[in-house]
Amino acid sequence: MQIRHLTALALIAAASAHAQTAKQLDQQADTMMRASFREQGIAKLDRLNQDDAQKACSQAKPPSAAVTKKIEAAQMATIKWPAEGQYIGDWKEGEKLAQNGRGMTWTDASAAPAKNGAMCYNCHQIDKKEISFGTIGPSLWNYGKLRGVTDPADPAAAAIVKYTWGKLYNSKAYSACSNMPRFGHAELLNEQQIRDVMALLLDPKSPVNQ
Amino acid sequence: MRSRLIAFAAIAASATATVPLVAQTPPQPKSAADGIAEYRKMLEDGNPAELFEAKGEDLWKTARGPKNATLEACDLGLGPGVVKGAWAQLPRYFPDTKKVQDLESRLLSCMQSLQGFDAAEIAATPFDKGEQATVTALAAWISSLSRGMKMALPQKHPEEKRAYELGKRAFFYRGGPMDFSCASCHGEAGKRIRLQDLPDLTKNPGDGVGFAAWPAYRVSSGEMWSMQRRLNDCFRQQRFPYPGFASDATIALGVYMGVNAKGAESIAPAIKR
Repeated sequence: MQIRHLTALALIAAASAHAQTAKQLDQQADTMMRASFREQGIAKLDRLNQDDAQKACSQAKPPSAAVTKKIEAAQMATIKWPAEGQYIGDWKEGEKLAQNGRGMTWTDASAAPAKNGAMCYNCHQIDKKEISFGTIGPSLWNYGKLRGVTDPADPAAAAIVKYTWGKLYNSKAYSACSNMPRFGHAELLNEQQIRDVMALLLDPKSPVNQ
Repeated sequence: MRSRLIAFAAIAASATATVPLVAQTPPQPKSAADGIAEYRKMLEDGNPAELFEAKGEDLWKTARGPKNATLEACDLGLGPGVVKGAWAQLPRYFPDTKKVQDLESRLLSCMQSLQGFDAAEIAATPFDKGEQATVTALAAWISSLSRGMKMALPQKHPEEKRAYELGKRAFFYRGGPMDFSCASCHGEAGKRIRLQDLPDLTKNPGDGVGFAAWPAYRVSSGEMWSMQRRLNDCFRQQRFPYPGFASDATIALGVYMGVNAKGAESIAPAIKR
């Protein structure tokens, strides 16, 4: 009985090592991820829990058009628009946030948005005077100027102002597998911080638009 | 050697002092760029990893631990005691532990079986402390004996193939508050974070780049980092929870990156900014 049991186990083990289906490997990878991490400081294990958007964008191949559309619609519904239509803050504060790449790691004491940077320069060119910029995202130099924004409060600028807020709040609403974090949705930045970054990009007085 | 290192330290200190200022100093973008290029060139002159290599060789040959034994009988994949070329074929499957192991996890096994150390206890020890420092020095020396060789991880054993598949899935696994996976930064060639070039690790990124460059001495932190530590800090910046030292996900990622780097020439232990 015991020998038969062990033989059966050995057979199962041998079979599983040889012919793994993609689905079995997916399950094994999930188990492996959960077994390989522990919580540290503010970085708890729930960070491994994937929402639909994260799960659908966890392969080398992007999801199907239908899945992409579904994710974008669901993410769009999460966007909170700013109180009293106040979209634009202080570009100087926005520049500080854009420079600041800190926050949300296990060596950070607090996960409060006020403690986080917006880390824009990590991936984007913004003010041309800053030569230390990343290239994962597109250049944002002259962001407002190129889009013809001369007054962000003008109804003519409303569409681009609204789009920019939405993109900062939840980038996945416009591109399901965007590399950009969902700053509002994931509570990385608060409303005022997003306003300040908005000003950096859209205020005609911002160095970005000179 | 010593004066070279002192000169190097002075240069590194002045260069690291100027680099962060780039963000706040508006004009003269040319001189800032020149300064960075100069700093990078100076890094190539002397590599403090040599000190760790020497320490690692000593530790390999010194009788230590509860069993008062050396590591000279340790099998790194090419037979007991064979160090030359072993690193270019790791991680690989080991029949005695029935596991795919990377260099660091294999060292833990040898330190336990030959010297009587507690592998789990070392794995739980913070980097640079106690026997973790031993593992780092050993990794520096062992990798140096594969310098100039081409990465050639075996993929014959079913467990090695399975580890590659699991590593690929770990590489693309998005999570955390910023939705990052390894692929967010390392899935495309020619990208940067700030001024830091990012290798595309989904394919062979070239000689001495990515997997073929670690362990490495990090000038910015003044520390020697093994691949396990490199991955640990990647996950920190990915805003993930803390990866266990020598955990299955880290080893599988090593297989994925190492197999992808097949044919790339190793420069480990390298020197990094």
